[in-house]
Amino acid sequence: MHPIRKQRLIFISVFMIAIGIACALALYALKQNINVFYTPSQLLQTKLSRQQTLRVGGLVQNASVKHNTSDNQVCFVITDDHHEVTVYYTGLLPDLFREGQGIVAEGKLRADGAFQASEVLAKHDENYLPPPVAAALATKSETMHA
Amino acid sequence: MTLLSFLKMGGYAAYVWPAFGSVLSVLVYNSAKAYVTYRMLIKRLSSMSETRHAPYP
Amino acid sequence: MSLWTLWYRLTSPKGFTYFATACIPWLALGCLLTLAYGLVAGLYVAPADYQQEDAFRIIYVHVPCAFVSLLIYSALTVAAITCLVWRVKLANTFVDAAAPVGAALTLLALVTGSLWGKPMWGTWWIWDARLTSELLLLFIYCGIMALKNAFPDKRQGSVFKNAFVVIGSVNLPIIHYSVAWWNTLHQGSTFTLLGPSKIAPVMSQPLTVMLVAFSLYAALMVLLNMRNAVLLECQRARWVSAWLAKRKR
Repeated sequence: MHPIRKQRLIFISVFMIAIGIACALALYALKQNINVFYTPSQLLQTKLSRQQTLRVGGLVQNASVKHNTSDNQVCFVITDDHHEVTVYYTGLLPDLFREGQGIVAEGKLRADGAFQASEVLAKHDENYLPPPVAAALATKSETMHA
Repeated sequence: MTLLSFLKMGGYAAYVWPAFGSVLSVLVYNSAKAYVTYRMLIKRLSSMSETRHAPYP
Repeated sequence: MSLWTLWYRLTSPKGFTYFATACIPWLALGCLLTLAYGLVAGLYVAPADYQQEDAFRIIYVHVPCAFVSLLIYSALTVAAITCLVWRVKLANTFVDAAAPVGAALTLLALVTGSLWGKPMWGTWWIWDARLTSELLLLFIYCGIMALKNAFPDKRQGSVFKNAFVVIGSVNLPIIHYSVAWWNTLHQGSTFTLLGPSKIAPVMSQPLTVMLVAFSLYAALMVLLNMRNAVLLECQRARWVSAWLAKRKR
């Protein structure tokens, strides 16, 4: 290769590596700010003020959803398999909300350690299946558990 | 499945059709624009080369 | 004919124009056929999803747009380096021709994603890592398009623009791995290189066809834009009148 071209190629490679390292360091330093929600475990580890608006995300625990029909209030537990947080919410839930579903709730921590949500978003997973297949998989896993 | 139920998209018509519509219209518009530019360019270049080679049969 | 001779011939304005003119009709035909099949298969043949029902069909336009927007940027980076190191002029033409195509597809990925997010997540937009980095990609594409004519000196402008393309490529791994590195509302990758696919074959097959259709569309648009640019630049060259005469016959 021509020496000038070789020099340019080396310069560009060093340039790209330097930018890559700079961005990696910046993103690493901002790690917690980039996360769009805290998992229940992260929530317990981090000291957060009760004035702060934040998001918690996790799976809705089975048999934990309690509807209060009189004032449209819902109460449910979200979990990341290690820790749990109880969430209170008043309003309409998204179509995908159900037990076992991943959700992200935005709101504030309460004095009793529960979470008062002002907005609930559903986080669907990356699996796509036609209904009969999904039903068959569900029965299969049930028989396996039994 | 009837045509109407197909168009309803299980109640999600308000999201599914605009998504497909916006994508297809942008694809068609962009390619048509590039092709029209090409036709106009050809027209102009042809008239240019004709005047340049006027005595050419 | 050696590979180098072929390369030199293809990257010359004349060789490229002949090559592009030969390719364009076939690309257009392939794109139309795959797009038609993908639309019918995705909207009609594929069953509704067990969770998202018919709203999941947006995947058949959203994922191809997002995928090709990243694919074009990868090609842009290779072309920019080729232009900076070897000063291949056609590589610079490629960057100018492909950037608007990439920008349009990035915008479409954001719009379709928003239309998918509203019914499924419950929101049009959230500042999570995946959505924000894809929005940044749109701004980077716009920056490249703005830099195209920002400098009075053409060569200097081309160096600045291509250096900008190289800097922007740092965003590519961030977009791809954002769903793995951080907590996001956007779900993880459905297709993984290793390990089983997380989508049923009836539903993944139309998606694969759509990915091919959008890639063909991108190639077609890039060739059309590049040919226009080359013809405009070489309008006084003798080979252009010869090519025009040959085209008419």
